Amino acid sequence: MDKIKVGIPRGLFYYYYYDIWKPFFQELNVEIVESIPTNKDIISRGLNLANDEMCLSFKIYLGHIDYLKDKCDYLLVPRIDNYGLANQTCTNFLAAYDIVHNLVDVKILNYNIDYRKWEQELDGLFKIGKELHKKRRDIIRAYHASIKRYEKKKNKDIKDNYDNLDKEGLKILIVSHPYNTYDEYIGKPILEYLKQLGVIIIYSDKFDTLETEELAYSLSDTIYFKYSKENIGAIPLVYKKIDGIIFLSSFPCGLDSLVNELVMRKINKPYLNLVVDDLDSLTGIKTRLESFIDILEQKRN
Amino acid sequence: MGNYHIPVKYLFSKILKVEVMSSPPITSKTVELGTKYSPDFVCTPFKYTLGTFLECLEKGANILVQAGGGCRYGYYSELQEQILNDLGYNFEYINLVTKGKTSIKHIIKELKKINPHLRQVKLFYYGLIAKQMVKYMDKIDNFIRENIGFEVEENSFINLQNKMLRRFSKVKSLYQLRKIYKKYLKEFKEIKVNKGEHPLKIGIIGELYTVMEPFANYYLEKLLASYNIEIKRFTNVHYLLFEKKRKVKKYLKDAKKYIKYRMGADASDNIGRTKYLCENGYDGIIHIKSSFCTPEIGAMPIINKICNIYNVPVIFFSFDANTSEVGIKTRIEAFYDMLEMRRGK
Repeated sequence: MDKIKVGIPRGLFYYYYYDIWKPFFQELNVEIVESIPTNKDIISRGLNLANDEMCLSFKIYLGHIDYLKDKCDYLLVPRIDNYGLANQTCTNFLAAYDIVHNLVDVKILNYNIDYRKWEQELDGLFKIGKELHKKRRDIIRAYHASIKRYEKKKNKDIKDNYDNLDKEGLKILIVSHPYNTYDEYIGKPILEYLKQLGVIIIYSDKFDTLETEELAYSLSDTIYFKYSKENIGAIPLVYKKIDGIIFLSSFPCGLDSLVNELVMRKINKPYLNLVVDDLDSLTGIKTRLESFIDILEQKRN
Repeated sequence: MGNYHIPVKYLFSKILKVEVMSSPPITSKTVELGTKYSPDFVCTPFKYTLGTFLECLEKGANILVQAGGGCRYGYYSELQEQILNDLGYNFEYINLVTKGKTSIKHIIKELKKINPHLRQVKLFYYGLIAKQMVKYMDKIDNFIRENIGFEVEENSFINLQNKMLRRFSKVKSLYQLRKIYKKYLKEFKEIKVNKGEHPLKIGIIGELYTVMEPFANYYLEKLLASYNIEIKRFTNVHYLLFEKKRKVKKYLKDAKKYIKYRMGADASDNIGRTKYLCENGYDGIIHIKSSFCTPEIGAMPIINKICNIYNVPVIFFSFDANTSEVGIKTRIEAFYDMLEMRRGK
């Protein structure tokens, strides 16, 4: 019998959960089909499918869905509502499943994380396993193995990030959602250009999330978005060691528009607010980055 | 928002013993003020409420009350407080909903900051009156909406409604409130209307603030009424506060072919309503929202799909701080003509 193919679109959830999904499906002997890194073709597919007011990250996600739809048996589209009372996610994360379900005609593997209703990750993965006709015992084994590997990788990332903090040089904290930071189209060119300029980059998402979530409250009392908390929590954590902050968000991100604005009004460090739209030219952004770094260099000397 | 300042004012003036300043009606100046100090791509309600706060502060208010939850409404307050502080205003900010959740305990605690002698019994009693008032107002509103397009004598509905609201703001007990409501309901039903055989029926759905604030949707309902259209609207304050929990489950069940989960804010409700409107012989659907409202954007493709299946025309409006009224009028006219033509077939 052929292996079942599960498609994982390279957007939104991918950057949070891929390190769990990959070993999990490998353990279960299921083949994974990933979409290619974001390129122009993906974006134009996304634009075709999406509503014109959706945020760029979600358009890209839909582009990946469109790319994968006839290359696999199942698509993996979870729904993530909250991780407890004060840990809500973005509304796009809640709606992703229903939107995809209505827009494309593919079988969807779906699980729901809603801690307020006692639906946790493992419950969701059981459902998936059932749909793929796997045994409960195998699922538990695969889940624990994948968590182990995920944590190993996560710890390595955190250690790298801290190592970078102790290096000599101009250090800039990137405050952004991982699905923007590591996207081939949104974040990569910016990061690469920064590296060319000799900047040491600290990532806001590569810290211990428990620690950053707690620290976020020092900047905002009433914040209740999990991913935003992870982002801005990194600022107080490394505040003394960095030279500047870059806020990177996709247009028009609902959470970032509020949270970043609030943080910018509270911090006392040089910062740059970059909002990326689906324009092709990087020149404008490059100019802004250069002048920002010039200012930081002058301040250091 | 609309006429809802009356019960709110009533409640606060009774329990807090403070002078309540109802916010001035929203004008283009309010919007301009709000837009000037807001982040770029925040949704429009933020700009409207910030503008209103600024105008109130200019007029001498020193306590602001904000409540909200659901999507990012719940996070408005902190940023607004920060912006106003940065502008150098001096005020006390009472936030009734924190972290997207609220409880009676929290509300009492916050209200005691204003009036330390607040008695809980009083709060509950007047709270109940205010709740009933909202309920009656919404019922009357729904009745007006269905009939105002066909009134024989101009402004007869509006005049009577204003009279009723004036009486409402002076009630002393629940019993009296109920009596007034009954009396006016009778009078409303006696107003002469001239409904044709089958008037056009349109359902209005969309994001809650834009649907309810007449300035935010450019008096869309008035415009539709001038075309002699019967209007059905679901969202009102009573629905949001007391019925939503129950109704959402029903909507989800009804539309389970299209949606499986709650989609945040009013999105899943609107999908359920779309199905209801399509199945109950409405001629068209108007979906309105403020721009950048993420949950509604997510709902739009699904609403579109349902309308395609049932073959009901739908039109989407996205209101921003600088949308022009003329553009909306033209689009509504075209939509109306199209509905008329479909009828004629």
